[in-house]
Amino acid sequence: MSRNPYADDALDADDAVVRFDDVSMRYGRAPETLKDLTFSLPQGSFHFVTGASGAGKTSLLKLIYLAARPSKGLLHLFGQDVEQAPDDIRPFLRRRIGVVYQEFRLLDHLSAFDNVAVPLRIAGHKPDSYRQDIAELMAWVGLRERMHAYPPTLAGGEKQRLAIARAVVGRPDILLADEPTGNVDHEMGLRILRLFLELNRLGTTVLIATHDQDLVARSGKPVIHLEDGRLVHMGPVNPAGRA
Amino acid sequence: MNGVFDPARWRPAPFLPASDSRDSSLVFVVAVLCFLACLTALGVLASDRAAAGWSRQLTGEMTVIVRPKATETPDSAAARAAETLAGVAEARALEREKAEALIAPWLGDAADLADLPVPRLVAVTLEREAPARAEALERALRARGLDAVVDDHSTWLEDIQRGAAIARWIGLGVFLLIAAAAAAVIAFATRAGLAARREVVEVLHMAGAQDAFIARLFQARFARIAALAGAIGASGAAILGAGLRLAGGGDGLTPVLPVAWTDLLAVLPCPLAAALVAAVAARLTATSLIRELS
Repeated sequence: MSRNPYADDALDADDAVVRFDDVSMRYGRAPETLKDLTFSLPQGSFHFVTGASGAGKTSLLKLIYLAARPSKGLLHLFGQDVEQAPDDIRPFLRRRIGVVYQEFRLLDHLSAFDNVAVPLRIAGHKPDSYRQDIAELMAWVGLRERMHAYPPTLAGGEKQRLAIARAVVGRPDILLADEPTGNVDHEMGLRILRLFLELNRLGTTVLIATHDQDLVARSGKPVIHLEDGRLVHMGPVNPAGRA
Repeated sequence: MNGVFDPARWRPAPFLPASDSRDSSLVFVVAVLCFLACLTALGVLASDRAAAGWSRQLTGEMTVIVRPKATETPDSAAARAAETLAGVAEARALEREKAEALIAPWLGDAADLADLPVPRLVAVTLEREAPARAEALERALRARGLDAVVDDHSTWLEDIQRGAAIARWIGLGVFLLIAAAAAAVIAFATRAGLAARREVVEVLHMAGAQDAFIARLFQARFARIAALAGAIGASGAAILGAGLRLAGGGDGLTPVLPVAWTDLLAVLPCPLAAALVAAVAARLTATSLIRELS
């Protein structure tokens, strides 16, 4: 098993697991998608990222789960400057972050059970050590009867919950979710929110990009509101209607 | 899959699908390349053996060209002189008719060879252990007062050895070219395979898989495919080689292309070599593509 050399890192004095210092980002030579972002996410916090389509919500998450690099500024994860981190450390940083992708990114040739097991297998855990945990997690997300099913046979909501199970199975320090309720009905959206709140209660830092204003309002959690790639508001939901 | 899923009996499925519809095309192309590479190796071995045989024949014999004088019988004199030399197993004077037959193609039917002073030839077979040298043979002939020249076939020998060396280098060049083509095909297939499985690669990458871990998946997959293709190609070449050996006989292909049964062993490393080339090509390609994701 490859041990995570950053598992015991001391966090910043303010316990920020994520810190942006004047961070900008662009794709290739295109104009900047994110501009001069400065904020931090304390350990165990819960935030929504809100904003119109194209505001930069997904790009912000991509920076955090290390699928993109800042074009300017400093990004710290778990107290580590990610640009200064050696390439062979980046996989270990990624293992501390669970991601629910907007398009799920489930592996069609693997069963639901095998999909959930992916992060644990990558981390080098033996099947005997996590079989029961996965079974329980699948029951928790309401997929006990669908463990042997393959993704193409699952409904949208089932895929969503499967993607969430995969994201949380490794007990990540940070959970990122991109429009996690975009493909489910209202009731399922609330179930998913309760699941995220429960994970947050257990200590996971949660950051959810969403258009769903009702979800944000129901949670009562603070927002990071983006407009045209700029951070325009961070804090409780603006009573004036912003986010 | 039907029935109740039992986590206790669950065994993880491979990260990459067990098979791909493009695999059969890749097996075919690599098998053909391996077949050609093995055939080249067999050809080089056979031509090398042919050259060695011809060299052995030429170095084991010499020809004495005797110019007759009016007062002597040059054939027997030359033969006797040769027989007295150390390192000569046998000296045999060729009949005049044979000497005339050898020069007839250059003079044509019109010439009356009886009127010409046709040199007489003596074929000398040298002893294997301590063969006589051409200079020693010439000295002995001169000592007997014979007007003779010794041809040790060195001109032919050089030609044959040069030809054999050229054949070896050409064979090696063709072999390397085929190996490079196989590597290129596998690199191309790996790239296509990675492109087709980009989703898998991205999910593994984002879930914290190290580059080497992902590269190993593709490396192992293409090494297996190439080993199978190598075995098919090598078997094909071995069957053809055995066919040539059986069809050869005394008057068939064997004298020209003397394939030995032991030559067929040369195809044995082919599956391993193909797997190795595939593994290296796949690893390099996969690593380079995965780095593009970071």
